[in-house]
Amino acid sequence: MFAKAIKSAALSAAVAICGALPAQATDLQFYFPVAVGGGAAETIEALTKDYMAQNPDISIDAVYAGSYQDTIAKVITAARGGNAPQLSVALSVDMFTLIDEDLIVPFDDFIKTDEDRAWLASFYPAFMENSQTGGKTYGIPFQRSTPVLYWNKEAFAAAGLDPNTPPATWEEMVEMGKKLVKKDENGNVTQWGVRIPTSGFPYWLFQGLSTQNDVILANAEGNKTNFDDPKVVEALEYLVSLSTEHGVMEPGIVEWGATPKAFFEGQTAMMWTTTGNLTNVRKNAPFDFGVGMLPANKRRGAPTGGGNFYLFKGTSQEQLAAAVDFIKWITEPEQSAKWTMATGYVAPRPATWDTPTMQAYAADFPAVLVARDQLEYAVAELSTYENQRVTRIFNDALAAAITGQKDAASALAEAQAQADAILAAYR
Amino acid sequence: MSGFDKWLGHCAALLLALLWVLPLLFAIWTAIHPVAFEARFQLNAPLTTENFVKAWQAAPFARYFLNSFVLVTSILLAQFVLCTLAAYAFARFRFPGRDFLFVLVLMQLLVMPDILIVENYKMIRALGLVDTIAAIALPYVASGFGVFLIRQAFMTVPSELDDAARVEGAGVLQILWRVYVPLAKPIYLAYGLVSVSHHWNNFLWPLIVTNSEETRPVTVGLSIFASVDSGIEWAVINAATLMTSGPLLVAFLLFQRQFVQSFMRAGIK
Amino acid sequence: MDRRDWVYGWLLVLPAMVFLGLFTHLPAIATIWNSFFSTPRGRRPKLFVGLENYQRLLDDPVFWKVMVNNLWFALGTIPLSIALALIMALSVQRAFAGRALVRMAYFTPTVLPLIAVANIWLFFYTPGFGLIDQITGLFGLGQSNLLGSPDTALFAVMAVTVWKEAGFFMIFYLAALQTIPPHLGEAAKIEGAPTGTVFWRITFPLLMPTTLFVSINAVINSFRMVDHIFVLTGGGPDNASSLLLFYIYETSFRFWDTAYGATLTVVMLALLGVLAIGQFLIFDKKVHYK
Repeated sequence: MFAKAIKSAALSAAVAICGALPAQATDLQFYFPVAVGGGAAETIEALTKDYMAQNPDISIDAVYAGSYQDTIAKVITAARGGNAPQLSVALSVDMFTLIDEDLIVPFDDFIKTDEDRAWLASFYPAFMENSQTGGKTYGIPFQRSTPVLYWNKEAFAAAGLDPNTPPATWEEMVEMGKKLVKKDENGNVTQWGVRIPTSGFPYWLFQGLSTQNDVILANAEGNKTNFDDPKVVEALEYLVSLSTEHGVMEPGIVEWGATPKAFFEGQTAMMWTTTGNLTNVRKNAPFDFGVGMLPANKRRGAPTGGGNFYLFKGTSQEQLAAAVDFIKWITEPEQSAKWTMATGYVAPRPATWDTPTMQAYAADFPAVLVARDQLEYAVAELSTYENQRVTRIFNDALAAAITGQKDAASALAEAQAQADAILAAYR
Repeated sequence: MSGFDKWLGHCAALLLALLWVLPLLFAIWTAIHPVAFEARFQLNAPLTTENFVKAWQAAPFARYFLNSFVLVTSILLAQFVLCTLAAYAFARFRFPGRDFLFVLVLMQLLVMPDILIVENYKMIRALGLVDTIAAIALPYVASGFGVFLIRQAFMTVPSELDDAARVEGAGVLQILWRVYVPLAKPIYLAYGLVSVSHHWNNFLWPLIVTNSEETRPVTVGLSIFASVDSGIEWAVINAATLMTSGPLLVAFLLFQRQFVQSFMRAGIK
Repeated sequence: MDRRDWVYGWLLVLPAMVFLGLFTHLPAIATIWNSFFSTPRGRRPKLFVGLENYQRLLDDPVFWKVMVNNLWFALGTIPLSIALALIMALSVQRAFAGRALVRMAYFTPTVLPLIAVANIWLFFYTPGFGLIDQITGLFGLGQSNLLGSPDTALFAVMAVTVWKEAGFFMIFYLAALQTIPPHLGEAAKIEGAPTGTVFWRITFPLLMPTTLFVSINAVINSFRMVDHIFVLTGGGPDNASSLLLFYIYETSFRFWDTAYGATLTVVMLALLGVLAIGQFLIFDKKVHYK
């Protein structure tokens, strides 16, 4: 009887297929998120295998960890259970959160030689803004992106616009948008002028608008936001006016995930979305399209986005050194070029763009250069302590204004007050 | 019932069925046509297997399918054993602390293991089971819902049957196996369905507690295509969904008579 | 009470109690305990704050919003999915051409994982080229943005829930209907009772145990099923479609505010406790398996 009870308790344990192996000095666990479709996972795994073939004493277990959200949940859960990976790719904006949780170590301890310092200095400054704080480097840019404007050249021509000239300013975007809107005989819109997705993480594309209006949403220390700045309010009013006043954009919250499809289906003549979509658009757009920088207002501007490499606490110096070596290797121009071509992410070092592979690729598909050139005007993605909560507050304010529940000024003032209450503890 | 009523009833049934099967039809449509026809329902659209090939290459679905299968069956078996034993005790034995323990069991009905992820991960880690199928299963093997349902079923078994078996010299477990379990068959079926459906769908906990191809379930494979920054690729995600759910749907279509009849024979009430 | 009963009783419940203790009760106690402390961050240990988290909860407008949403969600999905499940089961009771296919249609929600299906529904709801707009477009209607406006987002999410739940519950009714002896209804009909009366007087009461089984599941699920919200709306716009469990998820696994997440969980447990205990009492008293 008792034996039976024991047996039943052991039953489920018996289905275990394999247990976790104890880590050796140069065994590394590497979590990576996938945010751009199936091909990314294959490429990371293939690159990891290449590295291990060249470095037989280092073994890297590359673990697919879901979306960015899932990855950070998995990393923090594992770390709290005393089982953190040695390295992981996670959103660059989660840097303050990971510091606050005391989970990551800076790269500075492993930057010893001049060569190392040159490597660290070789990334685009726009990408390093989200990777450094307090004089230390916590993240190495890897799968980074920035939003650009895609336009349908055929729709432009049909509307009597020059198919090779995208709008350069806010006013032009509205004017061209009005010409591009098409309606059927019932007065229902069949083609919108422009589409700026606002679901999920509306702050990101909105940050394009706020930067163009010459205002920064949060300070570099990550403990003060600027949500109620009059220029932010103005940018939000412009976004809202696209649907309400000018009628050039679909009203309500505009879904991010359906945006490329809406573009392919001719539902919109222009769209703002990530460079991570370049490969997708090139393959699936049934018409000639153009890729340009986001339009300017007071200045040009765009946020950066995407993921960085982080190093985690709780591992030996030897393991961390091996992890840094791997990160150096995978950000080298050749590997980086493979990654960029497979995914559409922006190569984070100028050197990558000089490789023959990338030059051939850019010659064949010049649109990839737009994102690189826009980096000059790019700023850090909104990132603060308690980042996800603060951006959620900001997102809610944007959504409330877009859906007409609050006016831009009061929605943003409330958001600023809430953010202040949270961030006061970090000043 | 008049003929018109019947006709009306059938029309309503067909209409409802059409509504319910729409997501499946859409999944099939997108999976077998090129991406360009995802939202264009033209009868002359060309056919393709490209989406299946792409999905198949993106994740080891055969292995994931096997893992999911092992996972749901082992959870189900463990639940049946643990819940049956406990339910029997609660239904037919008097022992000190019984009512208190039963309240503890009912409490599990209210606590979603999903919320306790961080604490449960610590426990799994302490047991040295991270990245095993057992780790996915363990938090769910003792189910308050299962104990409660099976206890209800056992309580309706006439005690004369129990006594008669005892007079014949049957042991406690023999009585349980020969008298109680057969009479509760419909409850096992109903509960089994709830359990299998839930664990077939579970995503977050398996993702967090597993790291390797050898342990991960189908939903982790599917998530590669879901929630991507570069827009949703319906054609591929639907091809992947069909590959993993298709076998179950075909099995139901073929065996539904047996399936429904086994409920019937078991006499669920 | 005999001593052997003690031993057997304890031995029989032991395995289940061990697992319940390890994976439910200990973590749950830790959760309640944590709700009286501040959230520990890497550099700041947790501090005892008494009822401060509960005070914060009372002052939190998002909390009240998700509570109201969840109430509407439960009221909207539970009765509708149970009623539809019953109608569906009744409709395939009689043999007709294509019955196997109709049954399979009803069965699809049970098999298709929600994580995949949510993307399909997202397509249905997409303005412009989504399925709903393609159909309404045939009648000359304009675009709708069901997920993107605060007035309709919750309803759109509820529709997916009803789809999932009714198909699943249908199976239980289908099985239960098989066991009702047909002669009961026929006898009543011969005596001239109209179809409706036969249903309400004979069929429905006999289905009562199934209805209660299904309704317990439905109540629990109305607090538990949030997977599709991640894909469809992310709780937006401005929390219009956020539910209690979704908010707990966000607080615990996105904001990593574990103490406040624990506080919300305690509220949820208390709420479900009251609901479930109420139902158990009915279940225990009214339903007799014979």
